[in-house]
Amino acid sequence: MDENKAIVSVRGLKKYFPVRKGILSKVTDYVRAVDEVELEVKKGSTVGLVGESGSGKTTLGKTVLRLLAPTAGKIFFEGEDITELDSARLRSLRREMQMIFQNPYGSLNPRMNVGSLVSEGISIHNTVKKEERGEFVARLLGEVGLGADVMGRYPHEFSGGQRQRIAIARAISLHPKFVVCDEPVSALDVSVQAQIINLLKDLQKKHGLSYLFISHDLRVVKHVSDLVAVMYLGKIVEIAPSEEIYSNPAHPYTKMLISAIPEIKRTRSENGGESSISGEIRNLADIPSGCSFHPRCPLATEVCTRETPRLEKKGADGRSVACHNV
Amino acid sequence: MKQGSSVGYWDRVWIEFKKDSLAYVAFFFIILLAVTAVFESFLAGNRPIVLVDEGKYYFPVVIDYPELRGVDLRATYLDDPDSFAIFPPVKYSPTESDFFSVLAAPDGNHFLGTDDRGRDVLSRMIHGARISLSIGVVAVGIAMVIGIILGAIAGYYGGWIDFAISRLIEVMITFPVFFLILTILAFTEPSIYNIMIVIGITGWTGVARLVRGEFLRLRQTNYVEAAWALGSRDHRIILKHMLPNALAPVLVSATFGVAGAILVESSLSFLGFGVTPPEPSWGEIISQSQKYVDFAWWLVLFPGLAIFATVTALNLVGEGFRNAIDPKLKER
Repeated sequence: MDENKAIVSVRGLKKYFPVRKGILSKVTDYVRAVDEVELEVKKGSTVGLVGESGSGKTTLGKTVLRLLAPTAGKIFFEGEDITELDSARLRSLRREMQMIFQNPYGSLNPRMNVGSLVSEGISIHNTVKKEERGEFVARLLGEVGLGADVMGRYPHEFSGGQRQRIAIARAISLHPKFVVCDEPVSALDVSVQAQIINLLKDLQKKHGLSYLFISHDLRVVKHVSDLVAVMYLGKIVEIAPSEEIYSNPAHPYTKMLISAIPEIKRTRSENGGESSISGEIRNLADIPSGCSFHPRCPLATEVCTRETPRLEKKGADGRSVACHNV
Repeated sequence: MKQGSSVGYWDRVWIEFKKDSLAYVAFFFIILLAVTAVFESFLAGNRPIVLVDEGKYYFPVVIDYPELRGVDLRATYLDDPDSFAIFPPVKYSPTESDFFSVLAAPDGNHFLGTDDRGRDVLSRMIHGARISLSIGVVAVGIAMVIGIILGAIAGYYGGWIDFAISRLIEVMITFPVFFLILTILAFTEPSIYNIMIVIGITGWTGVARLVRGEFLRLRQTNYVEAAWALGSRDHRIILKHMLPNALAPVLVSATFGVAGAILVESSLSFLGFGVTPPEPSWGEIISQSQKYVDFAWWLVLFPGLAIFATVTALNLVGEGFRNAIDPKLKER
């Protein structure tokens, strides 16, 4: 894969959380939230990351931003290895990479007004002169569809959608190149979801942003992504271009997810018969041997219980699948 | 949502607080007490607030005039029509002895009676309010500073720093604080400053635990993560994002702390380890009464009521603020 065209790429990334037990807090086991992940986000593109809750999506997003320290593996930003950056270099890198959180009720400090929330980044990095900050923030707020008059108000005075707009304004205030959107619309009303998604798409076009778009909602991901990665128990099981993955899913887990999308028009038989969701996602602390999906997999064979499949290129359309039987 | 009518966090807390009428009344009692403590000399003392002597104005309460020293102005100006003086409502200083009325019961002259040296009890109580309140506030101030700093460091950095500070807190908690204070005061000069310091350095554990817990909780919040993602330094996150959000429960506990410190000071003074004798404090007045308690009820009742009312009011205010900060608590 070409490191130069990619804004962010991740090689063999692992994030394990130790499980401690007993009075001496001895490490007895690990929660493998992110395990051997390979991922690449191209400049100006959006990679959707889907999976059930508890599959390690958010942990992957935070680890890529170095908000969490990776256990192993490498993270590259514009070709530069940022895995081992010291705190001072990391702070200046923060300008380039930002995050939008799932819950707009928790991501804004309740004691700060909108003006200081949105201007926090520019005052930390001093990218805008003091006397121009008011005007700058007003312009940012305009860009996300809010009036400049909201600057003196506090987060609790806004609806979820408006709060998410404030959070987006804060995220783009430093003109980042890469933004991790962690379920940015999951906490919002369906009517507001489309507005926020369109706002994110507009901003992407205008500023040439690259997104890692995390969601459990496949319909949302389909709408925004160029490439979709499917995550199951800390591992990426399939990556494919957006249209491909919906029209022609390869991995049995992807098939299961897609068949579970409720759609009014299609009938059950058109949907592919009985292949709806079966079983539940396991705990990350208790991952099955071999292919972690084998207890739920309709295609599972003996080899799946022993050997972990690697993510391998399948076909010419840029698809990679991690399955023994595809 | 109205335009331009933005209410911040503390405005909302205050609106919620006002709904609890008992706490609201207690709050004004505390304010009244604080005003009494600040303007003690205008309320009780043997020097006039304003003195007019043949057209010349004097303000003996605020300014010390050498020519007036040693003159009892109460006797001099009683019947002079050209010159007059306005005295505080209680015309006795807390330390002056009236040997003609020793252990006098409350009457029109000494409103709350006198003690065994003929000192006016009300005057001593008014001046004692300043000492009791300032000991409470300064001691808790010291405890808060130590507790917030240690709790914040432990909660923010975690790891072995948190381990060390948590063990220190646990060791401190195992000491019976009152006897620790008595022991320390036995070896130091008995002054109100030493009492403030001793109560302060033995009383920070509760605040430290509270702040540590709040910081551990706040570390997990998205807005602290967002601040990290923006590239904030540690001190910015601690001071701008975590401390303001951890402060409300700390202030509630501080209110209870002031009440506790006033009680400790009263107990110390009662035992004779408190303020040095001519200085008045509520506990010290009660301690003077030990020998005469069978007939001089006013020596126990009034300062006792003052301590009771102040401690109760502070606890009510603390309770009210706690409910105002977290309205869910009230509904239990």
